[in-house]
Amino acid sequence: MIPEIGHAALILAFCFAVIQALIPLAGAQLGKTRWIHLASPVARGQLFFIGIAYCCLTYSFLVNDFSVRYVASTSNTQLPLIYKISGVWGAHEGSLLLWAFLLSAWTVVVSIFSSSIPKIMLARVISVMGMVSVGFISFMLFTSNPFIRLFPAPVDGRSLNPLLQDFGLAIHPPMLYMGYVGFSVAFAFAIAAMIDGKLDSAWARWVRPWTNIAWVFMTLGIALGSWWAYYELGWGGWWFWDPVENASLMPWLVGTALIHSLAVTEKRAAFKSWTVLLAIFSFSLSLLGTFLVRSGVLTSVHAFATDPARGVFILVFLVIVVGGSLVLFAWRATALRSVGQFSIVSRETGLLFNNVILVTMAGTVLLGTLYPLVLDALGVGKISVGPPYFNQVMLYLAVPLYTLMGLGLFLRWKKDSVSRLQSKVVIPFAMALMAGILLPLLLAPEQSGLTFIGLISASWVALAALLWLINSTQSPFKLPASTWGAVIAHIGMAVTVTGITLTSVYSHEKDVALAPDESYQVGDYDFKLISVKEIRRDNYIAYQGVVEASENGQHLVLMYPEKRTYNQSSMPMTEAAIDAGLFRDLFVALGEPLGEGSWSLRIYHKPFVRWIWLGALLMALGGLLAAMDKRYRRFKGNKEARS
Amino acid sequence: MSPRQKKRLVLVVLLLVGLSAATALALKAFNENMMFFFSPTEIKAGKAPSGQDIRLGGLVVEGSVRREVGNLTVLFDLTDNNDVITVSYNGILPDLFREGQGIIARGQLNETGGVTAVEVLAKHDENYMPPEVSDALAASEGEQS
Repeated sequence: MIPEIGHAALILAFCFAVIQALIPLAGAQLGKTRWIHLASPVARGQLFFIGIAYCCLTYSFLVNDFSVRYVASTSNTQLPLIYKISGVWGAHEGSLLLWAFLLSAWTVVVSIFSSSIPKIMLARVISVMGMVSVGFISFMLFTSNPFIRLFPAPVDGRSLNPLLQDFGLAIHPPMLYMGYVGFSVAFAFAIAAMIDGKLDSAWARWVRPWTNIAWVFMTLGIALGSWWAYYELGWGGWWFWDPVENASLMPWLVGTALIHSLAVTEKRAAFKSWTVLLAIFSFSLSLLGTFLVRSGVLTSVHAFATDPARGVFILVFLVIVVGGSLVLFAWRATALRSVGQFSIVSRETGLLFNNVILVTMAGTVLLGTLYPLVLDALGVGKISVGPPYFNQVMLYLAVPLYTLMGLGLFLRWKKDSVSRLQSKVVIPFAMALMAGILLPLLLAPEQSGLTFIGLISASWVALAALLWLINSTQSPFKLPASTWGAVIAHIGMAVTVTGITLTSVYSHEKDVALAPDESYQVGDYDFKLISVKEIRRDNYIAYQGVVEASENGQHLVLMYPEKRTYNQSSMPMTEAAIDAGLFRDLFVALGEPLGEGSWSLRIYHKPFVRWIWLGALLMALGGLLAAMDKRYRRFKGNKEARS
Repeated sequence: MSPRQKKRLVLVVLLLVGLSAATALALKAFNENMMFFFSPTEIKAGKAPSGQDIRLGGLVVEGSVRREVGNLTVLFDLTDNNDVITVSYNGILPDLFREGQGIIARGQLNETGGVTAVEVLAKHDENYMPPEVSDALAASEGEQS
């Protein structure tokens, strides 16, 4: 019964979405106030029903209703409560439902914090978000309905891969989706502005906080995914250039460009068409990312041959979103005249180049991710490009990007002179050079070109941000939150770059065979295998190794790597032991028994690996601060006082 | 040309130069790091190039996994039910590696006509078969019938 209620609620939500997509927009075009005022209530109605559908599916998971096909294929009776709740978004159908639910929630939140936005604009924005909603809900209803029954119902469901039974992974998809969906707000505003034919700095002020928040969620989501891969997969890597990862990196890169382009649109009334294009593409890439990861196209492009409806729907959906918005762009973009002029040496130029680099980065990731899929789909051949491609290209592009990240802060809007810029940047640049060259020479056992490039870049980005803050004429504590946000986000990037550089260059990774009481030395650390014994827990049995790590002969810590076998699964799972620290992680994973008590072990020493995620946290904090800047709220207050 | 147009021209030219350099570098990196996939039958037929990284996929032959004593080198046979290629690998195999499973190895051809792998991939799912492997199996079935 409950699944049928959910199904019915989904159909009702679809009806509301259709009304939301058509009526307020028509009202805005025809000047019918009543229709315009329908926008908010109808969005709330949609949220109400899609919320019911979502609760029904969660309920089916909680009571183990295996007559629902989706539940039977992703959950089972043994699963702990939290993973039943997160199981809802564990596969294709449920992820779509979560997406549609979050989209609907974002729409309602936008309608609540909209007192400063003209009703007619708001109506258009909500209609555009309604259109996206129509797309997602009809995708579910017509091709991927999570409420479809299974007859006869199995006694127990399929096991959830034990790898996925992990808190980090459970909250990773909703975080990412909050980001993906959040970009739909910027997209909707961009479409609304094109219909309106007007895009001014007030428009940019409405869009900026929403884009920032979406970007913050994406940053956190990507960092969580990377952290999970590091501690759970047992490989000790933090980024694999896997298509699943790339799918989330592309909208992040374009979204980062969008944030910066919006700044120019707000402050200088320039880059208007460019901002609109970025908003369209960051959302389109978000859609692409969702579909790539969840539709099965990555596992096999031929999955679509057996279920063509899905593939066709996705292609049509993407074509409508991208094609439709580009047609609108071609038709209306001339109306969005950018009046702000700037000379070659100006902050605008700096940001323009920063944008171009970020978009090029996204383009190269897109090429490496999609080209092999396209070739395979056409039956031309099976190729793949490995991490070396991505690493090489990103390195080429990152160096000019970081250079600009520092320069851009010191550049003045509109017109600046090279000599003034030189006088400003010479100190931070000299300091960065010294830090980047001296630190590795004094502290590191060996150096490579990459160390210098990475550390000079990181110190330059961080020092430029700090000095910019100190040099500003006001007291740092009187500066607006958005200034602090920019500084913290830039420093976060520097911290991440430091982590990436030092981990990549100085990590020791070794697979070794050890008998009990044998030890192996990695750098200053000594790893001694003490024993491996069998242990039993509630839902798994495991081999547990005891490894003593010592530093320069001093006992440091006992580490307990495990090789688990879960009850529902015949598949063994490596649970690495990690001794985490701000400056280094020690990482030990059990391999296989080699006979006579000896085991193969994977031993890593990873300096500064935590900095990668620490930097991401700082970037997210910076984005949040910038979104909470007073001027976005002050504007709202003024308007309310006037009305 | 007005000064404004001149400024625009300079900007556009700068952007174009930067973009074409980036594209050239990206394409070069792409070409250098492109890896082709081969089935055991194709390798036996001599279709795979030597001296560069390739990917090889197939099922691990039952009873073919053997270890060298005292180090981590492991040898196993991969098949597409038509031909067999011996793979040697030095390191820890992934959790899901076992006999009868479909896996993908990345590495280079060696003198013995086998492949020396630097990476062995088995996906983390009990029922998952790498798509390349299932395609290769389907292809070899097609040839036999």
